[in-house]
Amino acid sequence: MSDKKPISSVNDFVVRFANVNGSGSASANEMFARAILRHGVPVSPRNIFPSNIQGLPTWYEVRVTEDGHLGARGGVDMMVAMNPQTWDKDVAGIEPGGYLFYDSTKPMPSTKFRDDITVIGVPLTAITNSTYTDPRQRQLFKNIIYLGALSALLDMDPKLIEQLIGEQYKGKEKLLSSNVHALHLGRDWALQNLKCPTGLRVKKSDKVGDRIFIEGNSAAALGAVYGGATVCAWYPITPSSSVAEAFTAHCKKYRHDPESGKAKYAIVQGEDELASIGIVIGASWNGARAFTATSGPGISLMTEFIGLSYFAEIPAVIMNIQRAGPSTGMPTRTQQCDIIACAYASHGDTKHVLLFPEDPAEAFEFAAAAFDLAERLQTTIFLMLDLDIGMNHRLCRPLKWDDARQYDRGKVMTAEMLDEGRDFGRYLDVDGDGIPYRTYPGTHPTKGSYFTRGTSRDRYARYSEEGTVYVDNMQRLMRKFETAQDLVPRPLQANAERPTKYGVIYFGSTTPAMDEAIGLLEARGHQLDRLRIRAFPFHSSVASFLAEHDFVYVVEQNRDSQLRQLIVNENGIDPVRLVPIVHYDGSPITARFIAKAIGDHQDHLKVTPLRKAVS
Amino acid sequence: MTYIAKPKFHHPGLKKNELGYTHRDYEGKISTLCAGCGHDSITASIIEACYELSIEPHRVAKISGIGCSSKTPDYFLGNSHGFNSVHGRMPSVLTGANLANRDLIYLGVSGDGDSASIGFGQFAHSIRRGVDMTYIVENNGVYGLTKGQFSATADRGSKSKKGVTNTDNAIDLVAIALQLGATFVARSFSGDKTQLVPLIAAAIRHKGASFIDVISPCIAFNNHAGSTKSFDYVREHNDAVNRLDVLVGRDPIAVDYAPGTVQMVEQHDGSSIALRKIDADYDPHDRLGAQTFLQKHAAKGQIVTGLLYVDPDAEDLHEHLNTVETPLNTLEADALCPGSAVLDKFNARLR
Repeated sequence: MSDKKPISSVNDFVVRFANVNGSGSASANEMFARAILRHGVPVSPRNIFPSNIQGLPTWYEVRVTEDGHLGARGGVDMMVAMNPQTWDKDVAGIEPGGYLFYDSTKPMPSTKFRDDITVIGVPLTAITNSTYTDPRQRQLFKNIIYLGALSALLDMDPKLIEQLIGEQYKGKEKLLSSNVHALHLGRDWALQNLKCPTGLRVKKSDKVGDRIFIEGNSAAALGAVYGGATVCAWYPITPSSSVAEAFTAHCKKYRHDPESGKAKYAIVQGEDELASIGIVIGASWNGARAFTATSGPGISLMTEFIGLSYFAEIPAVIMNIQRAGPSTGMPTRTQQCDIIACAYASHGDTKHVLLFPEDPAEAFEFAAAAFDLAERLQTTIFLMLDLDIGMNHRLCRPLKWDDARQYDRGKVMTAEMLDEGRDFGRYLDVDGDGIPYRTYPGTHPTKGSYFTRGTSRDRYARYSEEGTVYVDNMQRLMRKFETAQDLVPRPLQANAERPTKYGVIYFGSTTPAMDEAIGLLEARGHQLDRLRIRAFPFHSSVASFLAEHDFVYVVEQNRDSQLRQLIVNENGIDPVRLVPIVHYDGSPITARFIAKAIGDHQDHLKVTPLRKAVS
Repeated sequence: MTYIAKPKFHHPGLKKNELGYTHRDYEGKISTLCAGCGHDSITASIIEACYELSIEPHRVAKISGIGCSSKTPDYFLGNSHGFNSVHGRMPSVLTGANLANRDLIYLGVSGDGDSASIGFGQFAHSIRRGVDMTYIVENNGVYGLTKGQFSATADRGSKSKKGVTNTDNAIDLVAIALQLGATFVARSFSGDKTQLVPLIAAAIRHKGASFIDVISPCIAFNNHAGSTKSFDYVREHNDAVNRLDVLVGRDPIAVDYAPGTVQMVEQHDGSSIALRKIDADYDPHDRLGAQTFLQKHAAKGQIVTGLLYVDPDAEDLHEHLNTVETPLNTLEADALCPGSAVLDKFNARLR
């Protein structure tokens, strides 16, 4: 051991598990994260996994954070190195003074270690093999045994883990007791043979409150249930498949008629993304609330239909769980890289509504709201999640629903209204908001029918190639998009303590890292006003924010600074005043990254005081 | 897509159907297709079939893709909602529409370019799923709207108007539909309305995926010598296995047929089809037999027409999905939203 002192920290450290995928480690690792939550200490876990089912490296990172910083931190304080394939890289990634936990059954040459870290060997395979004979049991219980050993090393209360095991295996007594047994095998071995605890400790706290622990995809799917979606069509694609799977599970629970047992929903796994969006458009045209969930490559395939939705004015909800592109890109890595592709999807002049939730709670709210917006605006609404929010458990405020809330079905002309003699023009703007009335098929025997088409037509849905008629329609669509500005979630602004001419704009999954970065920047003496954008089209407060600041950083997770492009384009802003801060290696953005990038830029912008320069 | 307004007046003595609608109530705008186009005869047959069945015109949703055939929904059932969607994507749009409201009648109109090329996948998958629809392909073997390129149903060895010989194998949509489990499969000829009208009527009454391939010569680009989709060629090679009458709400015994020549098929909705056999050995309940029969006759250059297969006890997608009887598009928050108490419990499980 070198003179580097072992890291000592209570409730503030990062543990990373290096596993082989398909080894059953995921549930043990998740239980580790949940156990810390039960101590009242917030955690932020992240799965780092390959596009593969068995045999490739996978990591699970748990940030233990009493202060509630839910963004990725960067760096590893304790590495649980269970994968020989990635050993060297894993060991190299440990912070100086950190800890390496490994299976010491087989002796390792000293060159495989570092002298500035604490090495903790537990003969996991030996313990497992002396207790279990079945190969699958050996594999699964080995994970629980290391969980037990970690509980001792990190000073965790084993009762809380037992409680979790009890909940997971409720009614399966045999599994329950064997898991508890395995937990104590590991724990007891560590207590008897190792110095417990280490410098990293979990201490009971009360910082979790009533928050829940949920994946964004599941929350978005539940939002679709609460928002009244009845038709879901989808095609499997990482990282969005779990949206449709969660929607299926939620519907099985909440959407069957208690008497007949029949389903108040229809879910179709399409043959591709084109069919999926086609089904959504067909169902929405016919008055049902419908959605699809996909990722970048699916968006590319859907664009023709998205143009139809825009031009023929048919509601649709698309949940885009973004991953690193272009092309197949990095299918299991996160990015915010489809902003431009979605905002202007399809050929011709189009603009689409985008919603940017920050976490699962907002994913739930915005998913439900998306159906109201789609029917009110009669167009496609994109719910822009990403892998980081969608596929990781995130601590967030509990989901809420107001029972008095009714669905906004938008402007729908009924048989009664038609009989009253109301003038029905499918593309007629009667009140200046750019939104026309529609009728559902089958409404009236002689009134209100029309022909839906992607070709140009007049206000009464009659085919037309007249330039003036076409322009009239395109102008109305612009008017409708302006109407959307005031219907979508507004940006949220938080100002620095002192007035400042610097601002920062960010959105979506960047939020927790940004919130944390503000603290780091303030410590460096940088004051920044913040604006979290939650939707496109941009509310007028975005333009005001830009006008009030000399320089505005735009923090996002893509190479080309796509949100910045959109802001420049839509607001006619001098691009020099918008400074791109981009992170796009596929890992979630961190506070450290943001603080460094913005801090360095700020230092560069500032004229160094003379006193300081000569001293 | 017509520019010409159609006059609304009609002869006061025009016949009315059971619901009191005249033929004119089932018409649409004036066709802008070429004079003599086979597709216009199919349009007329759809109008005739809907009139005969006394369907309320607004209870039909007519959905198409892109192309000459896909324009035709504008020319019939003017009081129905129509949807001229995206090239090759009629089947998915129709599937979604059907899921939203199971109470309407869904008529999908497509062409050979739309269904056998760009939309071959969607054609196949909508049939596989058993969507309750009448899927009509107006098949002329050629891209008409883009002026005469071969389509995927053009027979190998047939000649284009410019004299080019097609070297690609043809896709037989009927054979594919049979293989994929369509529960009503027919082929007909736009020049034979007496066969086509009852086929369309029976298909509409059928619950499940009905598919009709209608050979419909393109007068402008595929009606020459060397074409196997010309009026003359189809007339000469048409091998009808049966002709049929659709009987709705009538006592089938009241219809007089010579003994042994008729096979009665009871449909799910209580209507029946009286099949007048032309080929005495042809059994329209034998899916495998139908496939063999078709291939044998195709090898001889014959075009087999008639009701080729029907499963009167077919199921549809709604049955597979076990959806409620009430159309999904009529359900509101009280039926769909689980409410805040359920959400509180959901939250509690995630702590």
